[in-house]
Amino acid sequence: MNENTPKHPIHGLMAEFDTPEQLAAAAERVKNDGYQHYDAYMPFPVEAVEDQMPKRGPYLGWLILIAGLCGMFSGLGLQTYIAVYYFPMNIGGRPNFSWPQFIPITFELSILFAAGTAVFGMILLNGLPRPYHPVFNVDRFERASNDRFFICVESEDPKFDMEKTRDLLASMNPLSLSEVPY
Amino acid sequence: MERLQSPDVRGIAPNPPVLAKGYTYDAITEKISDLSLNPKLTRGWLGGFSIAITLAGCMVVAIIHLLFTGVGIWGNNQPVGWAFDIINFVWWIGIGHAGTLISAILLLLKQNWRTSINRFAEAMTIFAVACAGLYPLLHTGRPWLDYWLFPFPNSMGVQQQFRSPLLWDVFAISTYASVSALYWFVGLIPDLAVLRDRAVKPVARKIYAILALGWRGSAQHWRRYRIAYLVLAGLSTPLVLSVHTIVSFDFAESLIPGWHTTIFPPYFVAGAIYSGFAMVLSLCIPLRKAYGLEGFITARHLNNMAKVMLAMGLVVGYGYAMEAFMAWYSGSPHEMGMFINRTTGPMAWSYWALIACNIVIPQTLWLRRARRSTLWLFIISIVVNVGMWLERFVIIVTSLYRDFIPSSWHTYVPTIWDFAMFFGTIGFFLTLFFLFIRYVPVISIAEMRELSHEVEHGHH
Repeated sequence: MNENTPKHPIHGLMAEFDTPEQLAAAAERVKNDGYQHYDAYMPFPVEAVEDQMPKRGPYLGWLILIAGLCGMFSGLGLQTYIAVYYFPMNIGGRPNFSWPQFIPITFELSILFAAGTAVFGMILLNGLPRPYHPVFNVDRFERASNDRFFICVESEDPKFDMEKTRDLLASMNPLSLSEVPY
Repeated sequence: MERLQSPDVRGIAPNPPVLAKGYTYDAITEKISDLSLNPKLTRGWLGGFSIAITLAGCMVVAIIHLLFTGVGIWGNNQPVGWAFDIINFVWWIGIGHAGTLISAILLLLKQNWRTSINRFAEAMTIFAVACAGLYPLLHTGRPWLDYWLFPFPNSMGVQQQFRSPLLWDVFAISTYASVSALYWFVGLIPDLAVLRDRAVKPVARKIYAILALGWRGSAQHWRRYRIAYLVLAGLSTPLVLSVHTIVSFDFAESLIPGWHTTIFPPYFVAGAIYSGFAMVLSLCIPLRKAYGLEGFITARHLNNMAKVMLAMGLVVGYGYAMEAFMAWYSGSPHEMGMFINRTTGPMAWSYWALIACNIVIPQTLWLRRARRSTLWLFIISIVVNVGMWLERFVIIVTSLYRDFIPSSWHTYVPTIWDFAMFFGTIGFFLTLFFLFIRYVPVISIAEMRELSHEVEHGHH
């Protein structure tokens, strides 16, 4: 058997709920059952659900900080290099390294770098843009962007078992339970 | 996001609620997304759009004439070297600031009434900054060389003077435009996914799908999304304050009487917020009426915006008082001469019109009845927009037209091209706005659902 062949013929099992509270309870049960590969889908952010997701590193905040510092040093460096070494201007004998006058541009570039990283970092760390994803194969999933709340236990999870996982999700009284094809 | 729940949010207090009762998630989605997916070609939209695009055409003609003839077609000349171009630049930038204030500062202050108005306030910011940016770019005289504003290795043997506020402006405005656009787009991603899922026409579906980047509402994604959104709010808040501070430095760092004052940065920022809120009101009062959005943009929003306007008007009033006080207290004959000339000279009409528009008439907002009357609020918002335009006119023109040497005194008269450009940018702004309300959700659908969840369940 080729190692790239998925263990299961489907992406996972998906359950649909009516309220964010039900979804949070479902995610908690899935988590407590020892699953590590699952995801919840919802039309607006609900902190109670996010808390039940498998933990991932808080990289984004650090990336933004580093980018902001890079912006700061490049702003200061750019101005210092040009004003002191590359093109010094002697205006009434005032000092070339007049750093208080460099603050505004340094500040603006810090913000620009940090904000750009916040946006593009969020998009790229989320694995977007990604036009295709198996969850879109479920017809009812259209309502994930409207008024329904979904949880999908993925087949790559070592604990995933067609019967047992289905039983677990079914025991939470979901509105619907579907297989997610690839 | 954990938000404090004030009791009046649930409509217990006499304040109207931030969201009318009975809006389920589905009803919110349908109501707002329908405006973009099944836009009706109403007579109002068509009429407004035609007027707007005609005015925008005037702008194009004015720009073409300017490019072929030069800035001599404008009325500014020595000693009034800055006039409509900078007045309008500052006016538009100021209008833009309210969008950032609503979307960023009110988010950090957990003011959940901002949710209904932040989307189009942010759109207003981007369009206003686009209009603002045109003026300094064209005022350089040879706009095709505007890239010289940025430092780059060149064979001309010159580099920028980084101690000049005008160069700070270049960086501040371009950063502000970029960050506002990013902020707006991030807020739009989940809503674009809504439109993708609901669009029926294949072309629309495809376009929204590309723009939505494949957003699927995953909880993991939402977590990063919220971090990014909150960080952007935190970054935009000092940014917006810095931008108008730097704009005010263009004046305050000079030695012109009437410009060279330390009150300028806070007074400019307050003025920006003042005019920006006025513009939000001018736009949202007709918008909520035309599209039946009274359930989302309630009397509560109008009331709150009126209060912000009243407060900012008082800060601006303090600025005017301080200008007068410092002119006297400085003991400088030039400062005093400028102030006496500004208030009693040949252009005194502009000063007193400004006081009437910005200080006197808005005091009616102390009355609850005035804040509850949409018609009166609309009138006031237009009056304040005019007043804030006059403020920049007064600051710029009446400080310049009577120079240090009486022989160089010269009055300022704008030409028809100044007006063509000014009304043209208003048309350009409205054109973009009309297109925006037709193709993009005017209210954040995802945030409205979140608000509705909060209102129903309290904080959790």
